[in-house]
Parts: sequence; C-alpha cells; structure tokens
Amino acid sequence: MSGVTVFGVCAAVAVGLGLYGLITNPQPLRKIIAFNLLGSGVFLLFGVVGRRGAASGVGNDPVPQALVITGVVVAFSATALAIALLLRLFQKAGSTTLSNGPPPSAGSDPPGG
Amino acid sequence: MSIAAVFEILLAAVVLGLGIWTIAVRETYSATVGFVAYGLLVALIWVRLDAVDVALTEAAIGGGLGGVLLLSAAARLRDAEPMAAEAPGKVTRASAAALSVLIAATLAGAVLHLPDSTPTLAPTVVANAWATGLANPVTNVLMAFRAMDTMLEKVVLLLAIIGVWSLAPDNAWGGHPGPRHQADPDGVLVFLARLLPPIGIVVGIYIFWTGANHPGGAFQGGAILASMWLLAIMAGLTDTPPVRRRWLRFILVAGPGLFLVVGLGGLWFGAAFLAYPPAQAKPLILGIEVAMILTIAATLGLLLTGAPERSVK
Repeated sequence: MSGVTVFGVCAAVAVGLGLYGLITNPQPLRKIIAFNLLGSGVFLLFGVVGRRGAASGVGNDPVPQALVITGVVVAFSATALAIALLLRLFQKAGSTTLSNGPPPSAGSDPPGG
Repeated sequence: MSIAAVFEILLAAVVLGLGIWTIAVRETYSATVGFVAYGLLVALIWVRLDAVDVALTEAAIGGGLGGVLLLSAAARLRDAEPMAAEAPGKVTRASAAALSVLIAATLAGAVLHLPDSTPTLAPTVVANAWATGLANPVTNVLMAFRAMDTMLEKVVLLLAIIGVWSLAPDNAWGGHPGPRHQADPDGVLVFLARLLPPIGIVVGIYIFWTGANHPGGAFQGGAILASMWLLAIMAGLTDTPPVRRRWLRFILVAGPGLFLVVGLGGLWFGAAFLAYPPAQAKPLILGIEVAMILTIAATLGLLLTGAPERSVK
C-alpha cells in the first residue's frame, strides 16, 4: 500500500469521524470543530487524488491544490462567523444550547462598552 | 518496507488518533488543543503529498490562526460547559455511527479502487506558464487560470467580516472588536510581541514575494502578517482599531476591488473578464497580490478578534 493510499484511507476516516461528532455532540463549539475535521478530510481526499495526477515535473496537480487553498481560507472565515454567532448567543442568552426548550432568561445587552 | 513508508503509516495513525481524541474527549478545551495538533500534523501530510503550498496554508490558517480562534472561543465559553441532558440517545448515536462508518468505508473503497490512469491538468498548467511569467504552477492557477475563484473568495472573506461585525451590540456599533488585552509588561508575552513582529513581517513578505516562483503566496504571507498583528494586540501593545475607521474599510475592500477593476479592464480592452495581456500579466498579478496580502492580513486578523464589543471613547 503506497503512502498516498494510506493518507487516502486516513482522509476517509477523518470524514467519518467528523460526521459522527457533528451529529452526536450536543455542544455547538464541538460541532464546529467536528465540521472542520470533516472538511479537512475532504481537502485531504483532493490532495490524494491530485498527488496521483503528478505530471510534467509537478508533484501534485496544481488545480486541486489551488481549490484546496481557496477552500481552507473559506472554511476559516465560515468558522470565524460561526464562532462569532455562538459567542453572541452566549452573551445574549447565557447558554449555548441549541435545543428548543424555553429560553433561559433572555437578558439584554450588558451595559457599558 | 522503507523508512518513508513507516513514517507515513505512523503519521497517518497519529493524525487519526488525534481526530478520535478531538471527537471523543469530554472537555471542549482538550478537544480544541487536539484539533490544533491535528491541523499541524495534517500540514505534514500535505508536505508528503508534494503540495507544499497547501501545507503552508494549512499550517498558517488551519493550524495557527484557526487554533487561536477555537482556543479563545473555548476559553470564553468555559462556563457554558455541561448539559448532560442534551446528549443524544443511544439510537441516535448508533445510527450516526452506522452512517459515519458507511460513508468512511465508501470513501476509503473509492480511494483504494481509483483507476490507474488519473486525469490531470498539470501538463496544461505548465504549458501555459509562459502567459504569466510566474514559475509556481499553484500561483498561476490561483491568480490567472482560475482567478475568478480567488476573487470570489476575497468577496467571501468580506461577507464574513460584515457578518461578524453586524453581531455587535447597539452600544458598541462601529467600536473596537474584542476585549482590551492586558499583559505583564515584563512578561514573556510582551517580550515576544516586541521581538517577533519585525522578523515575522520580513518572513511574511518573503513568503508572499517568493510565491511567484516557489511555494508561498499572498494567503500564506497574509496569514503570517495577521498573526504578528494579533500577537501585538494580545500582548496589549496596541488596541484593535474601531471598525468604523475609513482607512480600515479601504484596506478591506482594496484586494477584491483592485481584482474587480483589473478583471473589468480585461473585459474592456482584452478578450474576457480577468484576461491579462501576456506582456503586462506579471506586473498586474503582483499589483493585485500586494493589495490582496494587505486585505488578507487585515481580514484574517479582524475575523479573529470578533465582533465589536467596546464603543469608541
């Protein structure tokens, strides 16, 4: 089994792990981390397929590489937005629960800057 | 079995172990630390896959800045920890596990049974490198052949920052993002925040400049510049600027703005949107990249500091 295949299987398992964590973990921050794990596995699959497309002296097909670089940056900005939403929810509601129960004493903005 | 093969299997095993730790461990903070270590080791996998440009991006953005983002969020959400009653039941867990195993097995099977001849665009990219004058094939794809993707990605960054800023409470609208950091003026953090930025700025600009011909580029360089800025902010040496400042907003739109102008110029004078005339391709790309590295550094830094929390005094 070549190194590329080992990393391919590793990427597949990372996708599975991320999906499991995304579904079963009740805390939103853990869901965000799990989603990033899933994404990282998908990026690695791109890398594995790109590595097999090595040609013309380039070790890894440059087009999927560029797509992954773009993807990493977009995933980071989506994560930052998700975390900002989460922190704001915690600031407003005092908890980060996603369940549909009665909201625990929704407070207003804390005074002062 | 060669040493390289043993190393690769070991690396994959450690990465997967960290992945399992990240999902299974009880405390959120430990999970976050596990994910940062995971991100850094994944960068090593990218090096082994001969994709050094991606490895640099993964280490700088996935491991470094992403790690800071998750760690600071985990620290601020510590009080919100246990909600045991919310944990899903056994049926949900079992079906989620079955679904995940099924998907992982399908993907692994697909990887193991890939056809021997792989379609590749590498020869096309290398054959057309003359049109830009840049030797790094990844930079060529990012800045010329698939420039539309890169421009739209800049717009995504801009939308993300607008989204984050719009979460500001009324009294802090347009104010300083994040808390004002204080640190012991004689401590290690302040010392490092004075020592590292000059070196980091040089390294960031070098990585950006060398990206024309070697692994590197505006994303990786911009991430390093952003981390130097954040280091100074976290050590309390400087404050985050109020988001209503005009110069700040100008920097944020400079990258995508210049990209759009050059693209429309290609439509007006040349063949198509974002078509660079080969004679001026290199200066045009460098110009866009200079504007982009500033935009990327400012955007990544501001995404990390979060929504405005303090009004302008």
